[in-house]
Amino acid sequence: MSGTRLRALSVATVVTLITGYALAAFVAPMDADQGFIQKIFYLHVPMAIVALCGFIFAGLCAIAHLRTDDAKWDLRAYVAIHISIILGVGVLLTGAIWAKASWGHYWVWDEPTLVSFLIIFLLYATYTPLRFSIEDRDKQARYASVFAITAGAFVPLNFLAVRAATSLVHPRTLSSADNLPGAMRTAFLVCLLGMTLLYVLLWQYEIAHKTTVAQLRALKRRLAGDEGLRPRRSAAPELQVR
Amino acid sequence: MSAAPPPPPSTRAVVGALLRKELRLELRTPQVIPAMALFSISTLVVFHFSLQADTVEGALAAGVLTVTLLFSAILGVNRLFVADHEEGGFDGFLLAPVDRTAMLVAKALALGAFLVVLELIAVPAFAFMLLEPGLTGTMLGQTVATLALADVAIAVVGTLVGALAIQTRARDLIVPLIALPLLLPAIIGTAKLLAPTFAAAGAEALPGRWLAIVGLYDLVFGLLAYAVFDFLLED
Repeated sequence: MSGTRLRALSVATVVTLITGYALAAFVAPMDADQGFIQKIFYLHVPMAIVALCGFIFAGLCAIAHLRTDDAKWDLRAYVAIHISIILGVGVLLTGAIWAKASWGHYWVWDEPTLVSFLIIFLLYATYTPLRFSIEDRDKQARYASVFAITAGAFVPLNFLAVRAATSLVHPRTLSSADNLPGAMRTAFLVCLLGMTLLYVLLWQYEIAHKTTVAQLRALKRRLAGDEGLRPRRSAAPELQVR
Repeated sequence: MSAAPPPPPSTRAVVGALLRKELRLELRTPQVIPAMALFSISTLVVFHFSLQADTVEGALAAGVLTVTLLFSAILGVNRLFVADHEEGGFDGFLLAPVDRTAMLVAKALALGAFLVVLELIAVPAFAFMLLEPGLTGTMLGQTVATLALADVAIAVVGTLVGALAIQTRARDLIVPLIALPLLLPAIIGTAKLLAPTFAAAGAEALPGRWLAIVGLYDLVFGLLAYAVFDFLLED
């Protein structure tokens, strides 16, 4: 994505996020039971939804990578998982704060949504170590894609399995969104949109950064020859730019 | 003038040949199964002391058996591709004009066979050392059914993860890190299925929902492994 479009997307993200959280803070009604702490819902739930969708998106990118053998799809999958993991840390932290406030414990084991999210997070946390421990770049990309596809298919299956151990403390996110009163629902949807935009924006920024680095290396190589660059081990995919 | 090349062998023949190779290797120099069996017994002893319990029942018994079998299985997964990687088995296989998925099927069957042998040792040992309610026919039948489903899950996912990790420099670290979270749905299901089986008041019926979930897990990961395994052998 070019500079001007990236700038437009940045502005749109900031505006949507500010609007969303202003709506959440000032317009949406205060929750009758939980009071102010319930406002963390507008941060926690969109982050969780976006992070999980990001994992599945990475799986789709990985399928495209194995089909086309084009390194840019591997880069897309890598960046998608990277940002989803960062959001995942946020989800676990905000979830723990909310759980302490409303259930009295930071962590509740018989709660399928928490547990399945933690399992998925732990699984994806091994993605970077896996990449880092494979030196050959082609092999690294291919194996990482196999991992991303397997883990992407695991996300819905895991939710199904863990949720089957029913407990109803945690609200069922997608089905209970319909029960929200109007103002809360609007605020929630704007926050969700803002979080999605934020994800896309960060994803675009990281792709732009990685592409620029690859171009810079290609230029350096042209100036100094191959000895000017020491090969370096990295978990990140490397684009070959001429 | 040259004779027409012989037709490539059928996948079934290839799987049979590979499986015979695996089993013969293990029979000639037993390496994986003794290690798994010894490890499972040691784990049971560790459980005895760490839980400070002479006998266990119900959910606790289910957990002890599941964890013991799972950790022992991880040892087998770690070793599954080592010989092929170090002694050139992969190269030989890739040179042969055969379907690559045959290796997935053969390795999964071999790992499944190792797991069955492991369970033939570990389950009686568990019943003898720790289990409170005595073994009955129903309990045995339900345990066999549950472990069969669990073995399919461990064999398929173990083969996939083993093949993924063998090319990395830190494979002994990578295998448990990836396999444990990936297997968790099957572990939850196994534990939920074994808990009523080991109930103190005699075995209760297996919950059908969990049978379905573990079965679904086996099916999904079986198909998934079949779809992606080729990419792990390309070189």
